[in-house]
Amino acid sequence: MPPHNPVQLSRAATRVLAVQSPLKPHPVLLSSWRAFSVLNRPPPAYEGHVPLTKLERGALAIGSALISLANPRRADLIAACGEATAQPYFIQRLRNAMLRHPTGRRILRDRPRLSSTTLSLPDLRALPSNTLGHAYVTWLDREGVSPDTRDAVRYIDDEEAAYAMQRYRECHDFYHALTGLPTVREGEVALKAFEFANTLLPMAGLAVGAVFTLKKGERRRFWDVYGPWAIRNGVSAEEMINVYWEEELETDVDELRARLGIEKPPDLRDIRKAEREKRKREREERERAANLVARRDTAR
Amino acid sequence: MAIPPRIALFRRRIPQSIVRPVIVRHCRCFSSCLRDAQQQKSTSQLDDGLSTTYFGFEKIATGLKEARVGAVFSSVASSYDTMNDLMSLGVHRLWKDYFVRGLDPGTNPLSASPPSNALPRGWNILDVAGGTGDIAFRLLDHASNVHNDYTTRVTVTDINLDMLAEGRKRALATPYARSSRLSFVEANAENLVNIPDNSVDLYTVAFGIRNFTNKEKALREAYRVLRPGGAFACLEFSKVNNTAFDAAYQRWSFGAIPLIGQLVAGDRDSYQYLVESIAQFPNQTEFKDMIMDAGFIVPGRGWEDLSMGIAAIHKGIKPVEGSAPQ
Repeated sequence: MPPHNPVQLSRAATRVLAVQSPLKPHPVLLSSWRAFSVLNRPPPAYEGHVPLTKLERGALAIGSALISLANPRRADLIAACGEATAQPYFIQRLRNAMLRHPTGRRILRDRPRLSSTTLSLPDLRALPSNTLGHAYVTWLDREGVSPDTRDAVRYIDDEEAAYAMQRYRECHDFYHALTGLPTVREGEVALKAFEFANTLLPMAGLAVGAVFTLKKGERRRFWDVYGPWAIRNGVSAEEMINVYWEEELETDVDELRARLGIEKPPDLRDIRKAEREKRKREREERERAANLVARRDTAR
Repeated sequence: MAIPPRIALFRRRIPQSIVRPVIVRHCRCFSSCLRDAQQQKSTSQLDDGLSTTYFGFEKIATGLKEARVGAVFSSVASSYDTMNDLMSLGVHRLWKDYFVRGLDPGTNPLSASPPSNALPRGWNILDVAGGTGDIAFRLLDHASNVHNDYTTRVTVTDINLDMLAEGRKRALATPYARSSRLSFVEANAENLVNIPDNSVDLYTVAFGIRNFTNKEKALREAYRVLRPGGAFACLEFSKVNNTAFDAAYQRWSFGAIPLIGQLVAGDRDSYQYLVESIAQFPNQTEFKDMIMDAGFIVPGRGWEDLSMGIAAIHKGIKPVEGSAPQ
C-alpha cells in the first residue's frame, strides 16, 4: 500500500533517497522534542503554522499573558497565550476527549468551521425564539460582534490538535449564548472560569486572574455567585468541545442545557442594570438632600 | 488547513535541476537553503517566462512585490518607532545620528563663497523611502544648528501614503512643519517622475532600499536626479563581519524580532518579512559593486560598517563632467 500520511511519506522518501539526517524532527513529537533552532524551522504542518522553539514559546506565553492582562482588547494575544500554554499536555488531553466521544470523533472527521459564511445569520434570526440558533444570533446582535473575529491557530504543532484549538476558540460565542453571560469583563471572567473547569486549558485559568482587575462589587459577585457556578457546572457538565453546534441550532436552549448538565446563571446584564439604576437613584437622592440643605442655609 | 506538499523537506536532497521548476508557495525556506540560493540573482526567469523576485524568503511574481511591501508598511506605520526601538534596542537612533553627522549637510551662508550673481543657496536634499521623517528632521536640524543654514530643504518621498501621513504628523512637532524647507511627496524610487535631472545635491535612503523591487533601477534613478558632484548615501542593514556575533544576531533576528512584532504590533508576518529581507539583501561588497555599476564613483572602500556590520553606510559620488568614472 503506498504511503498516505506525512510521517509515512517522509519515512519512505528517506529510504528512497538513502539520506539519513540525525536531527530530522519527528512531526508528532514536535511539541515535546526540540531538535531545531529559529534558523532551521521544520516545514509547517498546516497553513500559517509557525513551529516555535521552547524558548520562543515560553517568551510568547509570558509576554502575551502580561500584555493581555493589561489590555484585554488584544484578542490576538489572548489567543497566542492559549496556544503557547496548551502544549504539550493540555491540548492533547482536549483532543483525546474528542476522540473518546462519538460526536467528538465526528467533529474531528468533518472539521466544521464556524464563520459568517458557514452560518447563515438571517436564517438563524428566523428561527423560533427558544432555539439555540436564535439565542446565538440575538446575543451576537446585542453585543455587536460577528462570528468572524477569531484568529487562526498558528503555534500548535500537531495538525489535529490545532483544529481542536480552533474549534474551541470558535465555539466560545456559543458558550456565551448558552449561558447568557455578556461580553463585559465580568461576564468574560466568569465564562473563562467555566471553560477552565470544563476544558482544563491553562489560558482559561490564567484569564481568571483578571478577576483582580474587576471593581469591588463585580469581584464580590464573582466569588459569591459566578465563580462557584462556573466551577460546579464546568466540572459536572459534559465536555463542551464535543457539542456539534451546527446540528444543535434548532434545539430548544433549556433542553440543550439540561442535556449538557448546565444550570443557567443569574442574568448578569439584568443584575448590572439593576445595580446601575440603584446607584443612580441613590446619587439623585443625595443630591436632592444636599440641595435642600443648601436652600435652607441660604434662606436663613 | 490543508497540509502543503513537503517540498521544502526535500529541497536540500534533490538536485537543483529537478526542484527548480517548482514554486514553493506556502513553505518557508530554511536559512541554510537561502545561503545556497544567494548565489542566484534576486530576480530570475522561470521556464514559462514569468519573472519572479523574492519577498523575504518567499518567491513571488515581480509585479506583486510592490503591493505586498506596501501592505507590510501600512501595517507597521503606526508602531514603526516603537518597533524600531525594540528591535535594535534603541541603537537605530545612534546609527541615524552618525549617518547624518557624516553627511554634514548645509553650508554656512557667511563662509561659503556665493556665485557672483546670486545669493547663496542651501542644499536641495532628497530623502527617499523616508516616510516617517527620521532622517529628514535630522538633516534639517544639522543644517540649521551646525551651519546656521536656513535655506537647505529636504523633500521626503515614499511610496506608502500611511508612512507619509505618519511623517507629516511628526513634522508638526518640529519647526519645519509649515515651512518651505520640508515637503512630503508620494513617489516610487524606481521612477521619480516629479524630480528633474541633475537637480539634487544629496540623495539619502535609510533602511528603504532593501524593500525596493528593482534596486538597480532605483540606483539609476538616483544617478539621474543627482547633479554632477552630488552625493548618494545609503544606510541599510548588511552582513555582520564577525562569525560568533553573527550567530547570535541571526538568532535574535529570526527568534526575537517576529515575537516582539507579535506582542507589540500584533503582526508577526510583517516582522518575519523584515528580517528575511535583511537576510536577502546583498552584502557590502556586492552592494558597492551595484552602486558603481550605476555610474557612481565610490570613495575609499565604499562602505562603513556600523555595529560590526549590522548596518552599513554606502556612499557614492556622481562624477563631474570631464572626470573619468572608475
